[in-house]
Amino acid sequence: MKTFKIGGVHPPEHKLKTEDPSITLDLPKQGTVFVNQHLGAPSQPIVAKGDKVKVGQLLTKNESFIGANVHSPFSGTVNKIDLVYDASGYRKEAIIIDVEGDEWLENIDRSEDVKREITLNKEEIIAKIKEMGVVGLGGACFPTQVKLMVPEGKTAECLVINGVECEPYLTDDYRLMMEKGEEILIGVSILQKALGVKKAYIGIENNKPKAIEHLTKLAETFEGIEVVQLKVMYPQGAEKQLIYSILKKEVPSGKLPIDIGCVVSNVATSFAAYEAVQKNKPLIERLVTVTGLHVEKVSNFKVRIGTPISMLLEAAGGVPENTGKVISGGPMMGKALLSLDTAVAKGTSALLLMDEKDSHRGEPVNCIRCAKCVEACPMGLEPYLLSALAENENFERLLDENVLDCIECGCCLYSCPSYRPLLDCLRVGKQKARVLQSKN
Amino acid sequence: MNAILLSVIIFVSLGAFAATILYIIGKKFYVEENPLIGVVSDLLPGANCGGCGVPGCRAFAEVIVKQGSMAGLNCPPGGADTVQNIAKALGVEAVVEDPKIAVVCCSGSRANSPKKADYQGLQYCGFAHSLYTGEGGCPNGCLSLGSCVKACQFDAMYMDEETGLPVIIEEKCVGCDACVKACPRQIIELRLKGKKSRRIFVSCVNKQKGALAKKSCSVACIGCSKCQKICTFDAVTMQNNLAYIDYEKCKLCRKCVPECPTNAIHELNFPPRKVVEKTETVEN
Amino acid sequence: MNNRLIISGAPHVHSPENVNKIMWGVVVALLPAAFVAVYFFGFDALVTISVAVASCLFFEWAIQKYMLKITPTVTDGSAVITGLLLAFNLPSNLPIWMTVLGSLVAIGVAKMAFGGLGKNPFNPALVARCFLLISFPVAMTSWPKIIRPLFGEGLVASPDALTGATPLGYLVDGIGQNVPVSTLMQSDVVPSYFGMFLGAHGGSLGEISAIAILLGGLYMLWRRIITWQIPVAFIGSAFVFAFILNVVNPEIYISPLAHILTGGLMLGAIFMATDMVTSPMSPKGQLLFGLGCGVLTIIIRVWGAFPEGVSFAILIMNAFVPLIDKAFKPRVFGK
Repeated sequence: MKTFKIGGVHPPEHKLKTEDPSITLDLPKQGTVFVNQHLGAPSQPIVAKGDKVKVGQLLTKNESFIGANVHSPFSGTVNKIDLVYDASGYRKEAIIIDVEGDEWLENIDRSEDVKREITLNKEEIIAKIKEMGVVGLGGACFPTQVKLMVPEGKTAECLVINGVECEPYLTDDYRLMMEKGEEILIGVSILQKALGVKKAYIGIENNKPKAIEHLTKLAETFEGIEVVQLKVMYPQGAEKQLIYSILKKEVPSGKLPIDIGCVVSNVATSFAAYEAVQKNKPLIERLVTVTGLHVEKVSNFKVRIGTPISMLLEAAGGVPENTGKVISGGPMMGKALLSLDTAVAKGTSALLLMDEKDSHRGEPVNCIRCAKCVEACPMGLEPYLLSALAENENFERLLDENVLDCIECGCCLYSCPSYRPLLDCLRVGKQKARVLQSKN
Repeated sequence: MNAILLSVIIFVSLGAFAATILYIIGKKFYVEENPLIGVVSDLLPGANCGGCGVPGCRAFAEVIVKQGSMAGLNCPPGGADTVQNIAKALGVEAVVEDPKIAVVCCSGSRANSPKKADYQGLQYCGFAHSLYTGEGGCPNGCLSLGSCVKACQFDAMYMDEETGLPVIIEEKCVGCDACVKACPRQIIELRLKGKKSRRIFVSCVNKQKGALAKKSCSVACIGCSKCQKICTFDAVTMQNNLAYIDYEKCKLCRKCVPECPTNAIHELNFPPRKVVEKTETVEN
Repeated sequence: MNNRLIISGAPHVHSPENVNKIMWGVVVALLPAAFVAVYFFGFDALVTISVAVASCLFFEWAIQKYMLKITPTVTDGSAVITGLLLAFNLPSNLPIWMTVLGSLVAIGVAKMAFGGLGKNPFNPALVARCFLLISFPVAMTSWPKIIRPLFGEGLVASPDALTGATPLGYLVDGIGQNVPVSTLMQSDVVPSYFGMFLGAHGGSLGEISAIAILLGGLYMLWRRIITWQIPVAFIGSAFVFAFILNVVNPEIYISPLAHILTGGLMLGAIFMATDMVTSPMSPKGQLLFGLGCGVLTIIIRVWGAFPEGVSFAILIMNAFVPLIDKAFKPRVFGK
């Protein structure tokens, strides 16, 4: 079965309650919508305290090339613009809305009917996706329209859709594939049309046989969409690894997928593109997995962006007494939350609660040169060496050792029997090496 | 006897042979160098701290000799004596800079800014800075991981276990700037050492609005400008909800210290205030 | 929830593997060979093993506690491995004080002086073994004979002949005196290949039984403590090199099978050369490392002063590890 060749690890999957349908949560009394929910140029709020907003109304406008709008997921009154903790561990600007009713803008199609015919042309699709604030929902929140605008001199040949969900615990993409399979495929067709590519592959790991079966069957009626079954291996969802697994092509070091004619997107992003283009609906809702081995009601919640996470945690049976860590995202790449006083953002794929005894980092001891990190690194790097170089502040050598190729997947730290903070060091090293590179 | 003689002869000739080779190589590869560099280099402290902005004392000596004077150059650990000695060796006028000392401008101790989370992982401030605000919740405050202490080559700093803040040992600090560069949050500042080492400074770098700053730390500067109003020398400036005392302008009158509602302004090495003064403060 | 949340960088999960588990896994893998040693050499073997392990543990504990003033980490099992491996490289009748001295060299000089676990460039047990071999050549090469046979194999010690040469020592000696190999192989000092495989012959106490060592090796492979590259390259290259020599002149070069079954080659290939700390990181580097070990072993055995070459071969190759690590890097994705 297909997978990538270099490195990778296979942590326990812990995909809990995968077959339970997703639950739509009630609207909160007050919503917290972060002003910046994407990677790129910062946005400015265009509403002020006391303004009345409707669902779908623009809250921030971003005209930059790499930028994404934010729309109001709620109808009501802007209470204030305040600083609230987000997943970055810092307080960030957010628009607090007192929710009153659920009044939507008229031009949004709220029906559940599947609209298959794509009437917009290439440019209109890209404009629509930008207008509706669609960003990559795989985690990085990179504005989707930027990926669709192929730079001069490069051509897109195929579209690769990430349905692997390689992070342990997460099930939101799986639920979406099961519940909105047809919409996802229409979304893929929309992205294909925007890029002008004939072929699209959807990669799904074989621990989700039902999703593979479901989408394969649906894909028969779509032109040029192929579902590819992949062997479970982390980090298969990383774009370079995914392209290799499906197409056996390597993205050259320091280059982007588009340099070998590939564009990578995610199933949830495809669904968002469908809603934006076919339903005129901005990205104001998403599925969030609330999970953890000791969580009472592990579920996938369909929530408006801006819903306080306390509501989700409560719906999942509350935060158990012995919780040591709350992670936004998966256990391999997610961010530990500093405060539970935050809200769902576009990139919040999951809330993972870890038992206190599983939350601690092991006490680091000397490196025993076991080479497990070298074996695990999917980029073919030598994490033991890179971390030592970073600690000795030898940033020039770090650049020579290709530190910038590190995708921060965490395989090295995961597999280190000495509990050395390898990835921590590498991140510091990467940051400093990048500064050095930009100077030279 | 013969054997002893033979070995003596062998070793003496071996030694002579090696000496000849060394001599020839020494002559052949002799590098012409300004002898002044050696002289200046010997006058420098040899700590290779980088406080002058040049990596290593030898390299600094080369810079000095090339320039021909000490103008614009300073050796913080060496201080005035070193600068004067070098100037004398070069035969130029000495430009002596006032000595500076590192000051920790954060009082977010465990008591003032209680822990809201526990950090685990790489004990390096730069990394923790990229992850979150810090255990106390102040986005500008000390991360308590001691990168500054590790950077100090003069053993002039240590981490106070109880407060979680770095402490500068004034007698040992040479003002080399290493800790300032090591801090990802610009908490440590080089300030004029001052007469009798007396200094007044705002011990806070929190740029948040007053209410928010106070939320994370009880001794944060809340940007109330009271110190600015009372200062008669225009030494206090307000920027980003934060007061800053310019050490060039400050006359060390101490009027601002009792004025601060959160006790964010610190005075160092002053004699205790007179009792009369203290009661006045309370009345105020 | 009343406790504070924990903040750390991703990843937030860790594989179940850790240093202690790896080290104790190696100890488990060494047990079959230890049992065989006790079977063939009796109580002496048990004493040597216990003394080596106990003194290694003691020296590690004492050095960490009183000289380095750090929390002792003797429970990680690495000192136990060093003790076991050292004992495996000694004759079972070695005076106890020499074993203790060997432990001091292994832990004090070869390990702690370089910075402790993970920092030593040379395998500590081998350093100690070579130190003892050079310091006390007679004591280190008067091999006891086995005290009981296994499946009828083996030359058992008699009251008037407690010690004798190892098969390899006997062969190399004989070749040195221009006795043809075929004649030497007839001697009852040299057991059959099956006897060699079982370990029913004199020698260092842990090196004799190929089967017990292979069993331990398989366990380590299954636990993913070692990779196949080093043992296969080591044994393979030694076999091929010896085979070529044997084809050239079977009367002065002994058979490749005898080479790999005697003289601690199995022990070296599976337990000593694979030591994580002193072996290369990348698979390609490991292959080269094993190849070098194998070829050097045969060179030392055939043309060197010592009948036995495994220890020196591994130590020599240990010195090349940093160079090998620099030259043989894994292939970077997309390059």
